[in-house]
Amino acid sequence: MLQLFALLKPLRGSVAIVTALALAQSLANLYLPRLMADIVDFGIVRGDTRTILEIGGLMLLVAIVGTICAVAGSYFASKVATGFGRIIRGRVFDRVAHFSVHQFEEFSTASLITRTTNDTTQVQQVLLMLLSMAISAPMMAIGGVTLSLSQDARLARVLIAVIPVLAVVFFMIMWKAVPLYQQMQVKIDRLNLVLDEGLSGVRVIRAFDRGANQSRRFAAANEAVTSNAINVNRLVALLMPAMFFMMNLTSVLILWFGAVRIDAGEMHVGAMMASLQYAIQILFAVFMVTAVFVMLPRAAASAERINAVLDVVPDVVDPVPARSADATVASGVSRTTGRVEFQNVTFQYPGAEEPAVSDVSFTALPGEVTAIIGGTGSGKSTLAGLIPRFYDVNAGRLLVDGVDVREMRQQELRARIGYVPQKAVLFTGTVASNIRFGHDEATDDQMRHAATVAQAAEFIDQMTDGYASPVSQGGTNLSGGQKQRLAIARALSRRAGIYVFDDSFSALDFATDARLRAALKADLADATVVIVSQRIGTVMHADRIVVLDDGRVVGMGTHAELVASCAVYREIAQSQASLGEVA
Amino acid sequence: MSAERTALRQPSQSANMFGRGPMGGLGMPVQKAKDFKGTLRRLTGYLAPHRPALIVVVVAGVISTVFSVVGPKMMGMVTTRIFEGYLNRAMKAPGAGIDFRYVGNMLTTLLAMYVVSALFLYLQQYLMSGVAQKTVYALREDVEAKFSRLPLRFFDSKTHGEILSRAVNDLDNISSTLQQNLTQLITSLLSVIGIIIMMLTISWILTIVVVLTLPLSVTIVAAIAKRSQAFFVRQQQALGELNGHVAEMYSGHAIVTAYGHEDRSVAKFDELNENYYDGAWRAQFATGVMFPIMMFVGNLGYVAVAVIGGILVTRRSIAIGDIQAFIQYSRQFSMPITQLSSIANTMQLTIASAERVFELMDEAEEPADTPVAAVPATPRGEVEFDHIAFSYQPEAPLIEDMALTVASGQMVAIVGHTGAGKTTLVNLLMRFYDVNAGAIRVDGIDIRDLGRGGLRRMFGMVLQDTWLFSGTIRDNIAYGRDGATEAEVVQAAKAAQADHFIRTLPDNYGTLINEEATNLSQGQKQLLTIARAFLADPAILILDEATSSVDTRTEVLIQEAMGRLMKGRTTFVIAHRLSTIRNADVILMMEHGRIVEKGTHQQLLDAHGRYAALYESQFAGSTLAVDQA
Repeated sequence: MLQLFALLKPLRGSVAIVTALALAQSLANLYLPRLMADIVDFGIVRGDTRTILEIGGLMLLVAIVGTICAVAGSYFASKVATGFGRIIRGRVFDRVAHFSVHQFEEFSTASLITRTTNDTTQVQQVLLMLLSMAISAPMMAIGGVTLSLSQDARLARVLIAVIPVLAVVFFMIMWKAVPLYQQMQVKIDRLNLVLDEGLSGVRVIRAFDRGANQSRRFAAANEAVTSNAINVNRLVALLMPAMFFMMNLTSVLILWFGAVRIDAGEMHVGAMMASLQYAIQILFAVFMVTAVFVMLPRAAASAERINAVLDVVPDVVDPVPARSADATVASGVSRTTGRVEFQNVTFQYPGAEEPAVSDVSFTALPGEVTAIIGGTGSGKSTLAGLIPRFYDVNAGRLLVDGVDVREMRQQELRARIGYVPQKAVLFTGTVASNIRFGHDEATDDQMRHAATVAQAAEFIDQMTDGYASPVSQGGTNLSGGQKQRLAIARALSRRAGIYVFDDSFSALDFATDARLRAALKADLADATVVIVSQRIGTVMHADRIVVLDDGRVVGMGTHAELVASCAVYREIAQSQASLGEVA
Repeated sequence: MSAERTALRQPSQSANMFGRGPMGGLGMPVQKAKDFKGTLRRLTGYLAPHRPALIVVVVAGVISTVFSVVGPKMMGMVTTRIFEGYLNRAMKAPGAGIDFRYVGNMLTTLLAMYVVSALFLYLQQYLMSGVAQKTVYALREDVEAKFSRLPLRFFDSKTHGEILSRAVNDLDNISSTLQQNLTQLITSLLSVIGIIIMMLTISWILTIVVVLTLPLSVTIVAAIAKRSQAFFVRQQQALGELNGHVAEMYSGHAIVTAYGHEDRSVAKFDELNENYYDGAWRAQFATGVMFPIMMFVGNLGYVAVAVIGGILVTRRSIAIGDIQAFIQYSRQFSMPITQLSSIANTMQLTIASAERVFELMDEAEEPADTPVAAVPATPRGEVEFDHIAFSYQPEAPLIEDMALTVASGQMVAIVGHTGAGKTTLVNLLMRFYDVNAGAIRVDGIDIRDLGRGGLRRMFGMVLQDTWLFSGTIRDNIAYGRDGATEAEVVQAAKAAQADHFIRTLPDNYGTLINEEATNLSQGQKQLLTIARAFLADPAILILDEATSSVDTRTEVLIQEAMGRLMKGRTTFVIAHRLSTIRNADVILMMEHGRIVEKGTHQQLLDAHGRYAALYESQFAGSTLAVDQA
C-alpha cells in the first residue's frame, strides 16, 4: 500500500492542504469548548449577559470557520482520492496495454480486469476514508492535549494517560481481528467458488446424481464462513463498549480530579467542563479510525494485486536506435518484400521447464505459403507469435526483411504483418470499423475487397445496415464463422507483406474454407503467408510445410515429400484419415 | 465462466462491519422493493428461530441505553455541586468547599452504571453476531437447496451472473444489515427517545433549541442528497463505460498489440478515466460534505445552548451543570439521528435485495420425485421412445410423435449443425426436461416412474464441456461413483488412457486442479471425464465427441478410450466424426431442434435428404481440397 501511495506525489500539495484543513477544523471544534469555558468563567460567574452574547458570537464565527475548513477539506479529499484512483488506474492500464502477449497471459484476462477496475476503486475508497475521517483523529488528539495543557497542565495528565491506553486497547483488538478479516475473504471466495461450480456443473452433478455431495461441500463452506464471521464480529463487538467505557471513565476521572483542583482554587469550573469535552471529541475521532482500519486489510490486498501488475517490466521493448528493415519503408512504399527467416530460434516461457520451441530454422518467402503443423503443445502457435514479436526469442534470431525483429520498432514491424488469431476477437463498433481496425485509411473499395476475399461480403450485404451494421462487444451478435471471416478481412485490409494465420479457419465449414483459401491464394500472390494448423487438409497444398513435434522441427517439405519421409507427418495424416477428417 | 468468477471476487461486504462508513448510503440512488412489507415480514420469519436471543438483544439495548443516557445529567449534577462549592468558597462562607462525599458517591455510581451499560452493549453485539450470521447461514442453505430442486430449464434460461448476483451480492447486503444496522436501529431509536426525555427533565427551553436543529439538518441533507443523485448516476455511467473499455481491450490484447493500437487504446482509456474522475469526485464530495454540514448544525445547537443556557443560569432558572449536560446531550443527539437516516436508506436496499433472493426461492420447482418402480439391479440398457412429443416453449413444438427403439448395446448417433438442438434428446433421457406426451422407457420402465437419481445412475455422461471441480484429480475421477477405492480410480484412469499423463504430474493423483483448470490441457480434461464415466460403469452412455482444441494424437487416445467405454453399453453419441456415424445403428439427423431424418448411414444416403447433403458437403470439402493440391 505504501508503495502505491508513492504515486500520490503529484497530489502532495493537495494532501498537505487536506492535512492543514483537517488540523484547522479540529482546532475550531476544540476551540468551542474553550470559549464555552469562558462563558462559564467570565459570563456566568459574573452574571454578565453581554459577555455571554459576545463570546457566543465568537463561537458562531469559529463554528462557521470550522465548517468552511471541513467543507474545503472534503472537497480536496474527494479530489485527491479520486485523482489518486485516476492515476493508478491509468498506470495499470497503460502498463497492461504494453505487456507482451506472454506477460499478459501470465495473469488471466479476468484477473487483470479486476485489478484495473475493482482493486483501484478499493484503494481509492480507503484513501478517501483516510483523508476525510482518519486524518482528524491524530489532529484531535494533538490539538486536544495541547489545549488542555494550556488550560490546566495537571488535569491534562488524565488525557495524556488515557490516550495510550486507548491506543493499546484499539490495536490489541485490531491485531486479532485483522487476520480474521483476511481469512474471511478467503472463506467467502471458497463459498462462492463452490456455488459457482454448482451452477456451471449442474448437468454433470445431476447426471451423476451427486447433488447430496454438492450440498455437503456447500454446507462445509457456508459453515466456515459463518463461524469465521461470528468470531470476528464477536471480537469486534468488544470495540464499541470498550471505547465508550474508556470515554466515560475519562469523564469521571476529569470530574474527580477537576473537583480536587477547583477545591484547591487552582482551576476554574469552565476549564473542567472544557476538558470534559476535549476528551469526548478525541475519543469520537479515534472511534472513526476504526472504520478505516477495518477497510485496510482488503485495500492492502488490492494494493498488492495492483503492485504485482506495476512491478512487471514490459519485456518486449523498442530498441534504441531502431533499424528500419529496408529503405522502401522510409520512401513511403508500405508493401515490403516480407521475407521471414527463423535462424536456430529457441524460445522458452519464463518459468517453464522445457523450451516451447528449440532450434527452429526455416525461411518463409514472399509469394509462397508456408504451413506449420503439429499437435497441441508442439509449439506451433508460439512460433507464429514470435513473428509479430509477441515474445522474444531466447536464442537464435528471427529476421524480417533481413533485420532482426528486436532491432526494429514494434509498430513498424507489426505494420508489415496481418495477423489472424485462433480465436476471432472483434470490438464494439460496426462491421466497417472492425475491418478498418487493420488499416484506418482503407477506402470503401479496399474494405469491400478485403471482405470479399475473406468470404464475408455475402453475409455483410445481407445484414440490414451492411457495413454500418453494429458489432456488439466481443462480436456476440455474429456466428463463430462470421467473426472469423471478419477477423481475416481485418488482416487483409492492411495490405501487409506478411500474413500469419494462426489456426484461423477452424470455425469455417469445408466449402467456405476451400473457397477462402483459393481467394487468398489469388489475392496474396506476392505476400508471405504463414498458416498454422493441425489439420492436414488445410496445410497440404502449402509450398512448404514445417512439421513440429515437441517444439522441434522434425520435417520440412511439400505434402508429398513429407508423406514419404516424415514419420510424424505420416502419423498425423493417418490419424486424421482414420478419424474421417480426410476422405 | 472466469469472468463471472471475477465478479465474485468483488469485495464482499459481509467481511466488513463498517463497509459503508458512517455516512454510508446517503445520497446514493436507492433501488426500491416492490413489496416492502411482505418482504420484510418474510425476512423477519428467518429471524423467528432466534426470538429468545433477539429479546435479550432488545432488553440489553434498553438497559445499556438507559444507563448511559442518564450519565450526562448526573455529571451535570456533579458539576453543579462543584460549582456551588467553588462559589461558596469564593464568598468565604464558613466551612465551605466542595462536597467531596457527594461527588465521590455520584461518580462511583456513575462508573458502576457505565460498567453495566458497557457490559450490556457488549452482550447485545455479541448475541447479534450469532443471530445475524446464523440467519444468513440459513438463507444461504435455503438458496442452495432451492438450486438443487430447480429444473434445468431455469439454469438454461438465466445467465450465471444473474443467478450469482442474487445468491452472493444480495445475500451479502442482507448479512451486513443484520449484523450492524439492526442493533444500530435499536440503540439509535432508544437513544433519541432517552435523550429527549432526559433533556425535558432539565429544561424545556433548551430542549426546544436542540430539537429545532433537527429539521434544519434533515432539510439540508435532503437537499444535498437530491442533487448528489445526479452525480452518482453520472459516476456509475462513466464507470460502466470505463469497465467496458477495459474488458474489451484486455480480451483483445493480442489483437490490439498485433495491430499496433496500444497507444490509441490508452488514449481512449485516459479520456474515459478523466470522465469518470469528473463524476466520481463530485459524487464523493456531495456525500463527504454532508458530514461537516451536519456537524455545523450540531455546533449551532452547541452555541445556542451555551449562550441561552448561560443567560438562563445567570437568571437562576437552570444550574451550571445543566448546560454541561445539555451540551453532551446535543452532541450525542446528532449521532443516532445520522445513523437513523442512513439506516432508512440501507433498509430499502436490503429489502430490495431480500426481495430478489425470495424471488429466486419462489421459482417453480421440478415436479416432486415419486419413484414407483425400482431401478433394475442389472439394467440391460434398452431404450424406447414411445411416440414422444416435446418442446421448450409451447408455441414452438420441436419433437412430435417420435418413436424409436434402441436395443441393448446399440449405438445411436445424433448429427446436425451447431445449434441444431442435438442435446435435446439427452435432456429428455436424463430427465433434465420431461416429455410433454408419450413416454421414454428404459428396460420397459417409464423413466418418470424411476426416481431421478436412480435413473441417472444408470447413465454415464461425457460432455464436451469438461466440468471439473476444484479438488484433486483423484476426487474428480472418484466423482463417478460414491465411495470408489483408490484402486478403482487408478483402474478407471488406466482404462481411459489417462493414467500415463496423471503420473507425469507433480503430485500424481493428488494433483490439485486449480480454479480455471489451466494446469491441464483440454484433451487431458476430456480423458479425466472419460475415466469418471468408466468408474460409474453405466448401462447407458451419453457421449459428446470433442471437436476442436484437442490435438490429433490426444484425440486418437480419446477415441480409443471412448470406443472401449462404449463396448457392451447402449450409447447415444453427439457425433462429429464420419467414422462414428458410419458405424452407428441409428442416425438421427437434427435441424432447428427437430429430428428431420432417422435411419442407418446407408439408408439415409440412399434417401438423398438432409443427411446426404450434410455428408456430401463435408466430403466434398475435403475432395475440393485434395483437387487443389
